[in-house]
Amino acid sequence: MLEVRGAVKSFDDFLAVNEADLRVQRGEIVAVIGPNGAGKTTLFNLLTGILPPDRGRVLFKGEEIGGLPPYEVCRRGIGRSFQIVNVFPRLTVFENVQVAVFSHRRQSHRLLRPAASLSVAETRSLLESVGLADKEGHLVGSLSHGDQKILEIAIALGTEPELLILDEPTAGMSPEETFATIELIKRLARTRGLTILFCEHDMDIVFSISDSIMVMHQGRTLIQGTPEAVRNHPEVQSAYLGGE
Amino acid sequence: MNLQGNKRSSPGRLGLLLGGFILLLLVPSFLPRFFVYILGLICVTSLLAVSLNLLVGFGGMYQFHHAVFYGVGAYTVALLLTKTSLPMWVGFAAGPVLAALTGLVIGWFCVRLTRLYFGMLQISLGSLLWAIVYRWYRFTGGDDGIHGIPMPAFLSTLNQSYYFILALLAASLVLLHRVLKAPFGSTLQAIRDNPQRCEAVGINVRRHQLRAIVIGTFFAGVAGVLFVVLERSVFPDLLFWTLSLEVFIMCLLGGWFTFAGPVMGSAITIALRTFVGKYTEYWTLILGVILILLIFFLPEGVMGYLAGRFRGKKGLPGRAG
Repeated sequence: MLEVRGAVKSFDDFLAVNEADLRVQRGEIVAVIGPNGAGKTTLFNLLTGILPPDRGRVLFKGEEIGGLPPYEVCRRGIGRSFQIVNVFPRLTVFENVQVAVFSHRRQSHRLLRPAASLSVAETRSLLESVGLADKEGHLVGSLSHGDQKILEIAIALGTEPELLILDEPTAGMSPEETFATIELIKRLARTRGLTILFCEHDMDIVFSISDSIMVMHQGRTLIQGTPEAVRNHPEVQSAYLGGE
Repeated sequence: MNLQGNKRSSPGRLGLLLGGFILLLLVPSFLPRFFVYILGLICVTSLLAVSLNLLVGFGGMYQFHHAVFYGVGAYTVALLLTKTSLPMWVGFAAGPVLAALTGLVIGWFCVRLTRLYFGMLQISLGSLLWAIVYRWYRFTGGDDGIHGIPMPAFLSTLNQSYYFILALLAASLVLLHRVLKAPFGSTLQAIRDNPQRCEAVGINVRRHQLRAIVIGTFFAGVAGVLFVVLERSVFPDLLFWTLSLEVFIMCLLGGWFTFAGPVMGSAITIALRTFVGKYTEYWTLILGVILILLIFFLPEGVMGYLAGRFRGKKGLPGRAG
């Protein structure tokens, strides 16, 4: 479904992503791991149009998407959540998700129908599926950090993506919140038939839910394979897992 | 939007609005001509300020030279009514349309730049238009402007003009309010708060902003036409940057995160200019002091403060309504 070949991105002289390769099959949960500064977020930015790649190919459903603007990438079926909470602070929880639903259903330009009467059921069912329905009237600022991260995912789901990219979905969460979020991600993948690409620091999570793991090191792809293959890879052990 | 809250407060608010509107309708029967004229001017300027605030307060764009579109609307109707024999309604319709077209052209360049650069480019392009109007004596009358613009028979007296202005102001405000409450408006506010996230959910941010500019400048053009209805003359000051600044201040003064704030801002500013300006030409000094106090004590503007008090809690600013 998604294929990255030899992607390169540099900032001045610093090669943030250097010959990265990635394959994501439909229906898989794929993790990208690597130490801080390995280029995971930059890679995600290349996939979602926030940055254009210097070189290399980014193919989604067989079409080149590298260098397309973010809104175009989203319209082709890729949704993403951000590592640092990136929501609409002055809007309610409901409105945050509704903006994305409007966009997906091509209603953003409607001028005269009240927003309160459009896409309400769709937005509400989405909030129910992630467990934020009881907080729909809250302003985002009053939510806990964990709920804001969930809202991140809900906004991304508002565009009904086929591929959902999650940049450290559990960063800063308590262990209970982390557990609940992982359960949520697993359930979403199953019930919505989503393909999920995520990066994460917690190795237990990564190895327990991923179908495939890609290890990044200094911008380069070290290996991509099943959790078993990655765990036994000698270079991964020395470079990242610390010979665990 | 915030369903419960709005439903509860809307009957009271609607009553207040209707009461105010009826009062404005009755004004000509008990106030002298001069006050009717001032109220008319406040109405015209209110529309200009609300149309600016759509872009500044709700769109988060640095629309620094909004007066240009007001001036284009006013000059279009003035030139068509004095230099051509086209039916008058054509002139009235052409004003807003040409203002919106100008908005489209200038905005097309501006939305490609971010924040301050957006504003600076707009000031330069707008000043260019002002210079043309100011210099082109044979066409625009240069700094003399155009006076004695003929009006249709139904606008022959001041009271008739006043009612016409009031009606169009009301209709425009209703439309603008609907636009803000529609998906277009909530998306616009989302873009103001977080353009990057909007792109990530599939919104073409620049195009959305450009559409907002076209709508905002259209209504600035309507205000320009109404100015001609009131004054029967036009002059280059209508496009000068100081007027843009003044309207910007009106938005800040009234509360740029509220819909009606700019109306109050323009009422305060024009009242100051009229009644304090009678005694001293330095009335802007008082405006300046008020602004300083405002920044310190009412950072959300007069209307923002009142709305906060009305709600009984300090809500987050930046919500339409």
